[in-house]
Amino acid sequence: MIHRDLLLKMIEEITMVIGANKQYLTDLDQTIGDGDHGINMDRGFRAIKDKVEAVKDKDCGTILKTVAMGLISTVGGASGPLYGTAFMKAGQVVANKMEITAEDAVKILDEAIQGIIARGKAAQGDKTMLDALIPAYDALKAAVEEGEPLTNAMGKAVEAAEGGVAYTKTIAAKKGRANYLGDRSIGHQDPGATSSYLMLKAIYDVLTREA
Amino acid sequence: MKKLINNPEFVVEEMLEGVVKAHPKYVRKLEGFNVLVRTNSPVQGKVALVSGGGSGHEPSHGGFVGKGMLDGAVAGAVFTSPTPDQVFEAVKAVNGGAGVLLVVKNYTGDIMNFEMAAEMAAMEDIQVASVVVNDDVAVENSTWTTGRRGIAGTVFVHKIAGAAAEAGKSLEEVKAVAEKVIANVRSMGMSLTPCTVPAAGKPSFELAENEMEMGLGIHGEPGTFRDVIKPADEIVEHLVDKILADIDYNGSEVAVMINGLGGTPLMELYIMNRKVSSMLEEKGIKVYKTLVGNYMTSLEMAGGSVSILKLDDELKELLDATADTPAFVQL
Repeated sequence: MIHRDLLLKMIEEITMVIGANKQYLTDLDQTIGDGDHGINMDRGFRAIKDKVEAVKDKDCGTILKTVAMGLISTVGGASGPLYGTAFMKAGQVVANKMEITAEDAVKILDEAIQGIIARGKAAQGDKTMLDALIPAYDALKAAVEEGEPLTNAMGKAVEAAEGGVAYTKTIAAKKGRANYLGDRSIGHQDPGATSSYLMLKAIYDVLTREA
Repeated sequence: MKKLINNPEFVVEEMLEGVVKAHPKYVRKLEGFNVLVRTNSPVQGKVALVSGGGSGHEPSHGGFVGKGMLDGAVAGAVFTSPTPDQVFEAVKAVNGGAGVLLVVKNYTGDIMNFEMAAEMAAMEDIQVASVVVNDDVAVENSTWTTGRRGIAGTVFVHKIAGAAAEAGKSLEEVKAVAEKVIANVRSMGMSLTPCTVPAAGKPSFELAENEMEMGLGIHGEPGTFRDVIKPADEIVEHLVDKILADIDYNGSEVAVMINGLGGTPLMELYIMNRKVSSMLEEKGIKVYKTLVGNYMTSLEMAGGSVSILKLDDELKELLDATADTPAFVQL
């Protein structure tokens, strides 16, 4: 169970992790994209800080929607609409709720992924954030259905996401600017999949720390 | 990084402020947004054109805001698509009741952000249509991929669709004209040096002293292949061959744009044009109009692109129509 206050800590942790990896994500993007992923994500998460603070007493849905609107209006590029849509869908799952159950967490990830697919018209294997998120969802869902506690289930999701990031090194990009490189994008890790993994890992770290 | 800037975080805002001070006759900036619109926006009863994208392509797109071309231009961070709320503000500010055409370059981010802005506009009952420019023949097209990029050919869309809107055509008609331009324009570029995004602080890729990158995009994204640098004529030959192989230009009249990427001397652009025009002449393709200069740049990158637009009578007339903007004046 994730209480609202824990959710706020997760958002803080994600902001910190994205900030700490700003250069790393930008370097990955310079290799196969246009070299702005870390810069844009960091700008976006720094910008939501005050907005989230203003709704910290509200429900989980309101908080997630605030993150979504903040990202949409500050990140730009492809990641702004994609992560913005993902957080928007996540917020709809827990509208008016003060707590997020393990089942909600599975639903959140599912809805977020569906939102990204609809907005980005991408599929698994296109060398995008979906290559980290979809394996993470599969692992999370299986673990939760087997009755594992959320923290353990999340640990498995993070592991699967990490595997997904490694997988992006082996494939050519079919979406985003890396696509223009054709097979030259093989051998390089996808920056979007990496930021997705970092976010899931940040959530897991908060869960283990607070447990 | 060696740049004439104050702070990487404020380059876009500070540039726009400078543009407005330089061209108060043409443009004003929307308070709180990185959007330039015509001084007299909205023009009542006229279809409005809005374009935009990441910054770093100056004079695109703000330089083309004015009579006969764009009504509004949205400036994202350097090489980063602007956000939907910014595009939406532009749409609201220029809408004169006849609808708004969004001219979008084919990049994953631009498509999504402009699409979200169009959804916002639809919710407020503003009539919006979009066209997507994808003129770069360096990228192979496929249903399964992002598809071709929009590069310098976009300026022809601004000019010609802008003239159609100025002539009082409906949103549907202006969109049709824009699509005709898109169907008939092809481009390809190359670079001699990379460029540095101010916030990144280092070049987007590296090229040895004797190397060039063929088919690269306007965001410093690497091209389709790297080669040892060759004489200008050989480079141009490759670019033009790729363009001419893509659509049938036989016996047609064309408009040519030799576009500098920001760090190329005009001397070199004219040397490129010399070869382009002789190649077209040899093939019996008549050059109706030639534009040489910096239209769609990539910061300080050295290199250029060639765009060739196949014309018919309608496109010729619209291309010749008057335009009065900071970066393109034709009276």
